[in-house]
Amino acid sequence: MIDLLQNYWLYFLLGQYPEGPLGGLTLTILLSVSALLLASPVGLLLGLARVSQHRALRWPVTALIFVVRGSPLLMVIFWAYFFLPSVTGQQTDQFPTMLIALAIFNGAYLAEIVRAGIQALPRGQMESARALGLSYTTAMRRVILPQALRNSLPSLVNQLVTTIKETSLGYIIGLAEVSFIASQINIQVLTMPVQVYGVLALTYFVLCFGLSRIAYALERRLARRPISSGAPV
Amino acid sequence: MMELDFSVVLSAEFRSWLIGGLVLSLQLTFITLLLALPLGIAVALMRLSSLAALRWLGFAFVEGIRNIPLLVHMLFWYFGATALLPEAARAWLYEHNAESVCAVIALTFYTAAYMAEDVRSGIRTIPATQTEAARALGLGAAETWRRIVLPQALRASVPPLVSQTVSLWKNTSIATVIGAAELMYQAQRVETASFRGVETFAVATLAYLSVSLIITALSIAYQRRYPVRPA
Repeated sequence: MIDLLQNYWLYFLLGQYPEGPLGGLTLTILLSVSALLLASPVGLLLGLARVSQHRALRWPVTALIFVVRGSPLLMVIFWAYFFLPSVTGQQTDQFPTMLIALAIFNGAYLAEIVRAGIQALPRGQMESARALGLSYTTAMRRVILPQALRNSLPSLVNQLVTTIKETSLGYIIGLAEVSFIASQINIQVLTMPVQVYGVLALTYFVLCFGLSRIAYALERRLARRPISSGAPV
Repeated sequence: MMELDFSVVLSAEFRSWLIGGLVLSLQLTFITLLLALPLGIAVALMRLSSLAALRWLGFAFVEGIRNIPLLVHMLFWYFGATALLPEAARAWLYEHNAESVCAVIALTFYTAAYMAEDVRSGIRTIPATQTEAARALGLGAAETWRRIVLPQALRASVPPLVSQTVSLWKNTSIATVIGAAELMYQAQRVETASFRGVETFAVATLAYLSVSLIITALSIAYQRRYPVRPA
């Protein structure tokens, strides 16, 4: 067990880097964070389109969200694998494929959170903002969204936990993230599958449990804050 | 723009692969649901127990399982845990569809951990006065749980449990990594054999969507028929 850790810890953390491409746990974290950074604006835009007054905008986005949320993430990954090359005109690497798939998939889920947040506000908020002469965009940006997204930080951290777990599916398209690297180690060692996969499970646990505790602490802190002072996000 | 041609993908041979995959995916979902729901309820009760040790065990179960990706659960059970079995048991398992057995084990634990939380929040919506009234009427602690609290709590938990079932249905696709011949696995096989990626995955997506939609529709019908009554 000690030998296993001594021989492979660097490979586990970094993949083949610096001799080869970056991988391992670092790639998992890098992919999760960038996927969430990309998914947040996607989710915001899709969520706004979901409550738009224009049917031409609302209907196709509603359909897209419905299809994405009804399909397994793996299916979205395969679609990205097939469609990206036809859009960009060249073979796409696993990292951008995963990144786009995760951004669309999580964007669809975040959009529903944004929509629910907006629709939970009393209609009077939008009506009075418009009555005071604000345009729809300004009212959305200055009045509705700050309130709708006020408590979104804990859900974003929770979404990061979900995203970290989802990056493990990169294994299936051969992305060298930490699950893939662990399987490579398992193939090389051959005799210690329980230990290899045990360490992999423990790694995810420490990362995700730690983050979900942070989200929980944030939630409690926000819950203590009075609503009146909470306009800016 | 390439021409779409579904005739190849839907030819007799490929169609039988895809239907076989769909059937196995449905079986995985159904068997897992039968196992995970009672386990989830048991864990929820542990988390609300008056014994600290049971509460802690329930917490460890839920957090330990939810914070590890399902893919890792699958790899662990299929490649790791089977290595611990005695030779004879392992040989027997590999003759009896080890992929599906390991997939069901992984899916059961994973789904049960999420369902436990849904049931637990359902139980917490039942006011304490219900228990107090039941006890005052002379019902025992076990009977109060079984006949007063749980029936109301489970009805309140139906919507989240259904969306958990939809997640379970989608999660069966991950069993493809350990080679269980479910729908995703068969779709990849058809894609490799037919070179018709877009058509194959369109058919598979449609199948996943349809079942997700059917489960959701059933849930809406159920909630119309049996609305949650405020306690």
